[in-house]
Amino acid sequence: MKELFRGRLSSAVWFVLALAAAAALWELYKLVGPPDGGTVFGWKLLPRANDRAMPHVTDMLARYARPERRGQGGSIALVVLQGAWFTLRLALAGFALGAIVGLGLAVLMARFRVVERGLLPYLVLSQTVPLIALAPLVVSWGGKLHIGGFEWPRWLSAAVLGAFLAFFPVAVGTLKGLTSTPPAALELMASYAASWRQTLFTLRFPSAVPYMMPAFRLAATASVIGVVVAEISTGLAGGIGRLIIEYAREATSDPAKVYTAVFGAAALGLVITGAVALVDLVTMRNRPGEASR
Amino acid sequence: MSVDAVEVRGVSKVFNAGRPDSVDALVDIDLTIEPGSFVSLIGPSGCGKSTLLRLIANLLEPTTGDVLVNGKPASRARLDQDYGMAFQQAGLFDWRSVAKNVELPLELKGWSKADRRARALEMLHLVKLDEFAEHLPWQLSGGMQQRVAIARALASHPPLLLMDEPFGALDEMTREHMQGELLRICGETSSTVVFVTHSIPEAVYLSTQVVVMSPRPGRITGRIGVGLGRDRDEATREAADFFATITEVREALRGLPGPADIAQGVEDR
Repeated sequence: MKELFRGRLSSAVWFVLALAAAAALWELYKLVGPPDGGTVFGWKLLPRANDRAMPHVTDMLARYARPERRGQGGSIALVVLQGAWFTLRLALAGFALGAIVGLGLAVLMARFRVVERGLLPYLVLSQTVPLIALAPLVVSWGGKLHIGGFEWPRWLSAAVLGAFLAFFPVAVGTLKGLTSTPPAALELMASYAASWRQTLFTLRFPSAVPYMMPAFRLAATASVIGVVVAEISTGLAGGIGRLIIEYAREATSDPAKVYTAVFGAAALGLVITGAVALVDLVTMRNRPGEASR
Repeated sequence: MSVDAVEVRGVSKVFNAGRPDSVDALVDIDLTIEPGSFVSLIGPSGCGKSTLLRLIANLLEPTTGDVLVNGKPASRARLDQDYGMAFQQAGLFDWRSVAKNVELPLELKGWSKADRRARALEMLHLVKLDEFAEHLPWQLSGGMQQRVAIARALASHPPLLLMDEPFGALDEMTREHMQGELLRICGETSSTVVFVTHSIPEAVYLSTQVVVMSPRPGRITGRIGVGLGRDRDEATREAADFFATITEVREALRGLPGPADIAQGVEDR
C-alpha cells in the first residue's frame, strides 16, 4: 500500500512538473516568437506571440480573480465552477447511460456471435458520424418525443450525445474482456454444469475487469467531450462548453478570459478520469498479477 | 452388486469428423472402474488420456459408445455433480479468497452462505490450509494452490475425483509431497480417482490400477494391477515391489509399436 501511495505521489509530482514545463514553453515562445506571426519557407506557420493572441500565463491565472463582466461583483472562477458542475452532471449522466448501453451490447455480442458479426461493424460506423452533425438531429428527435407527460428536456440531448461517444469503448472493451476468459476456467465452470448466466457473473465479468477499466476511462473522457461539443452545437446554456464559446467571442477585448473556461474543461476531464482511476485502484487492489490491459 | 464408479463401453472419439483434418483420438475404449479404486491413465502425448478423462467428465461427447458414471449417463452425472475435477493449472479465480474459491461449486449449486463457508473450512482443514482461508490465490505457492484446487474439487463430497496431470506443473519435491497428501485425502474421503499422468513412478505410487494407453489412434494397450497395498508412505518409494511395478509399466509402454515415439512424452521420474 505504501509502495502504491509512493507511486501515486511521484506521478502527481510529474504531473505538476509537466504543467510547469508547458507554461514555461508558452512563455518562452512569447519571448522569442514574432508578435504578428511569421512564415517559414513561405508557409504561415508561426502563431502570433502578442498578448492578444497569447496572453501571459500569469494573466490567465489573474483573470480568475476578476468578475465575469466589468462592474459585476464576485469572481469569474465561480462562474466557471458552476459551468463545470453543470457539465459534470451531464457528463456523468451520459457516462452512466453509455456504460449501461455499452455493457448491454457487450453481453449480447458475447452471448450470440451472430449479433457480434451483425452489430459490431455498425457500432464502429456510428463513431465516424460527426457529433456536430448529429447534435441538431438528437435535439429535434427529442423535441418530437412526447410519452405521457414526459417532455424531453434540452439537457438530455447533451447527455445522450455524451453517451453516444461513451458507449463505444465500453462495448468494445467489455466484449474483448468477456471473450478473453481462459478456456480452462470455462471448462471448470462446464464441469460444474454452471448456466451461461452463472458463468457470466461468477467468471466472465470478474475476469473481464482488467479489460473494462481502460474502456471506462476512455468512456469517461469521451462523455465530457460529447457533452461539451453538444453544448456548443445545440446552444445549451449553463455549461462549460457554452462558456468557452461565449468567452472566445471576447478574445480581442479580454484575451485571458477564454482560458479560464478552457482550464475549467480540462480540470473537469481530470476529475472524471481521476474518479475512474480510483475505482480501478479499488477493484484491482487484490489482483496485482493483472495490470489493467 | 455395487454400481461401478465409471463404465466406458465401446467408446470412440473422432475430432473434426468428416473433414480432411479428422483425428481418431480414441478407438474401442472399454474401461470399468470400481468404487474406491485409484486408476491412472498413462501414455505418451497424444494417446487420448486427457480426452478419455473429458469424456468421463462429459466435457466432451463420445462419437460412439456409452459412458456411465455412478450408473447414470455421464451428462446426468455432470448435472448432478457426481464428480469433482482438478486440472494441471490450479485455475483458481484471482479475485476470490482461497475459501471463496473452495465455495465456488457449492455457490453454483445454491448452498446457503453459512453452509458453504462451513464446508469450505472443513475442506481447507483436510488439505491443511486452515490459516490461509482469507488469503488470495497469488499469495500461495504452486503446491498450495493445487491443494486449494483439490479442496475445491472435493467440496461437494463427490464420490469421484477426476484429475488431469494435477501435479504436472510442480517441482519434484512438492510433487512427491502432494502425492502423499492426495493418498491421505483419498483415504479419508474414500473417493474413487481417475488420474491422468505421464510420470510412471507417480502412476505406480498412487494407483491400484495403471491403464497404459498408446497413440494414433488412442487405445488401451495394457492394464497393470499395483499390489502395494493400501498404506503407502515414503518407504514405499524404495520398496522392491514398487520398482518391479515401475518396470512392468515401462515395459508395457515400450511394448507399443514405434518405441521411438513412445519414449517421448513419458517421464521416467
